[in-house]
Amino acid sequence: MIDIAVVWAFIIAFSVFVYVVMDGFDLGLGMLFPLFPKKEDRDVMMNSVAPVWDGNETWLVLGGGGLMAAFPLAYAVLMPALYTPMIVMLLGLVFRGVAFEFRWRTTRERNLWDIAFAGGSLMATLAQGVALGAILQGITVNGRHYGGGWWDWLTPFSVLTGLALMAGYGLLGATWLVLKTEGALRDRAYRLSWWLLFAMLAAIGLVSIATPFLDAEYARRWFAWPNIILTAPVPIAVAAITALLMRSLAAKQDYRPFFLSLALFALSYAGLGISMWPYIVPRSITIWQAASPDNSLHFMSYGVAVLVPIILGYTAWAYYVFRGKVRAGAGYH
Amino acid sequence: MFEGFDPVILARAQFAFTMSFHIIFPAFSIGLASYLAVLEALWLWTGRDVFLNLFNYWLKIFAIAFGMGVVSGIVMSYQFGTNWSAFSDKAGPIIGPLMAYEVLTAFFLEAGFLGVMLFGLERVGPRLHFFATLMVAIGTLFSAFWILSANSWMQTPTGYTINAAGQFVAADWWKVIFNPSFPYRLVHMVLAAYLTTAFVVGAVGAWHLLKDTRLPGPRVMFSMAMWMATLVAPLQILAGDQHGLNTLEHQPTKIMAMEGHFESHPHGAPLILFGIPSQAEGRVNYAIEIPKLGSLILKHDLNAPMAGLDTVPRENWPPVPVTFWSFRIMVGIGFLMLGLGLLSLFMRFRGKFYESRFLHIFALAMGPAGFIAVLAGWVTTETGRQPFTVFGLLRTSDSVSPLAAPAVASSLIAFAIVYFLVFAAGTIYLLRLMAVPPHHDEQGPAGNVPSRAAGITPAVGATASGRAS
Repeated sequence: MIDIAVVWAFIIAFSVFVYVVMDGFDLGLGMLFPLFPKKEDRDVMMNSVAPVWDGNETWLVLGGGGLMAAFPLAYAVLMPALYTPMIVMLLGLVFRGVAFEFRWRTTRERNLWDIAFAGGSLMATLAQGVALGAILQGITVNGRHYGGGWWDWLTPFSVLTGLALMAGYGLLGATWLVLKTEGALRDRAYRLSWWLLFAMLAAIGLVSIATPFLDAEYARRWFAWPNIILTAPVPIAVAAITALLMRSLAAKQDYRPFFLSLALFALSYAGLGISMWPYIVPRSITIWQAASPDNSLHFMSYGVAVLVPIILGYTAWAYYVFRGKVRAGAGYH
Repeated sequence: MFEGFDPVILARAQFAFTMSFHIIFPAFSIGLASYLAVLEALWLWTGRDVFLNLFNYWLKIFAIAFGMGVVSGIVMSYQFGTNWSAFSDKAGPIIGPLMAYEVLTAFFLEAGFLGVMLFGLERVGPRLHFFATLMVAIGTLFSAFWILSANSWMQTPTGYTINAAGQFVAADWWKVIFNPSFPYRLVHMVLAAYLTTAFVVGAVGAWHLLKDTRLPGPRVMFSMAMWMATLVAPLQILAGDQHGLNTLEHQPTKIMAMEGHFESHPHGAPLILFGIPSQAEGRVNYAIEIPKLGSLILKHDLNAPMAGLDTVPRENWPPVPVTFWSFRIMVGIGFLMLGLGLLSLFMRFRGKFYESRFLHIFALAMGPAGFIAVLAGWVTTETGRQPFTVFGLLRTSDSVSPLAAPAVASSLIAFAIVYFLVFAAGTIYLLRLMAVPPHHDEQGPAGNVPSRAAGITPAVGATASGRAS
């Protein structure tokens, strides 16, 4: 018998991961905007994501909407707990989302919308990272409600995860530029990729060291025998991917660094999953306690089984249509 | 600061504020997506340049409006959790899946094909591009389908049971989706979106015709928009009437508030045209009313008895003044739309359609009418169902998140500042685009791509290219 709650935990985790994969690079690219002051460079950067950003953010809506549908109790506890980071993220997404269209409609205020694009991307990334840290460090639950205050999310650990995500998305953004651009812009992105890779590795290291101190259960999960047989491959794989990534950056293989960076994300994400399982609100609410009634989950399962492959299909087609290097002047606007 | 405020009122204010801003954009983009699909179909079919010019002209406007709709919509999808967590926990098993289907069938479809629609004509060719436009248009309609189903279920819940945790659980998904008020609300809203778009398109056409009656683009768009007004405005009034009868059956307190019926009328209720409803006193002061007409409209019988709010406990009363007035604003605009539609028809037959300055000024003034009517309509239906989120079952005060007032007040202020800045700028950019008439060889959002005319001309275009546009 298939455990439908587990299936849905994976579906939600999958959509959040697809979101991170797809929106991570365009948020990262936004944060890198201030480092590319030339208008032509910014036009190219913007155009490399303009046709796809909207679809990328839809995965965030699926993550949120799906969480409400499949794990309403978790949604109801987590969202008020993360109130401020969520509002900051949403406002950040407003700023950067409208900038895609607005900056082409004005010359006088273009700089203003460039700032909105960079600032909004930064706000959203920081807020997402902080929210992740706040979830990991644990949330006060009172019955079926959030039981803490509205500043509980802010701790040194959540700030660390916030900065870590900035480094990570930054790396995705830089390697995306390597993939999609040419010439001086690409060379610059190569140099940035190195710095951001080091920053991300430092962040992975710090978060990995700090997490076991949050809760003894996290430490047992990772370091106790026999779990370590399952958990040890994660850091080993991180080291291997890092080596490959460094080699591809050194050899200037344009398309590889981006996908290897994604692999780093996938591993970090798997590590997160190992830490959290089987809780959806760590140490308080398991996926089974939070799950919607079976008939809600079954009803949605049909839709997901049929529609997600179709969605992935036409999304891939859209990326294929806009494949290849983006050239200056050959903008979409 | 803000400790003295009621967190429920603040949460409602925030939802109302962000929702009102959001609904403006879908109301426009649902209609505009369909209009763009029609324009592109006409271009492919006739090969006339004027349709391509109009398509590209409105596509740029669509890109901005759609972008603003997306970002304000993401806010909505998270606000259920941030501010209405108790509601999310209890109604999530029903509302959640409906919204998940909206994301899966509509948002992805729109977003997936939007890039190609906006920037891809040269890359994929006209036929595949038309397919993308069609998918975006269909996506907007799917979106309306699911979100209105969810909203309607909250207004007229059916097909559910309640489990041990106090959650609503679907007993019959068919009855949940096709709940009693859904078909009426869907038709009413989609027609509203089409009318909203038609009046914007009409106003832009009229604006340019006022300056030059010979411009081909404005002539075509003005004519198309006025046909919509002529045909759809009466349909909308009919749909609204049917929707009202449905509301009378399922949410009688809403109708009582809309009509200002505080008192019961055992021998036929009047139609109160205007007046000043007083919630505290429980009556409509200075009422101008037509005897028995209320019963005639709502029951199709002059003497039919109508119950008033005096039959309902006070704690279940919706806020009457807001519901009463917003309803009148919506209906008033509806009849003005009908008036413009009929006038335009009259001018067509008189042969003064493109010359009548009065008609053009009237149409220009009616440009924002659809938005105001949509907002007024939603205010009517949403305040009229108070004090419940799930009508009759879950009170608004029991739906809210356990957040302190300062948290909600701060976010409300932040939303207000950001929205006014961002959407004011967006509106200015939209108006700037609309202020220039569509011209020959109009470019889409992919404007500065060197045009390869041969690549984007449809097959029939080759033979028809000599025809005047």
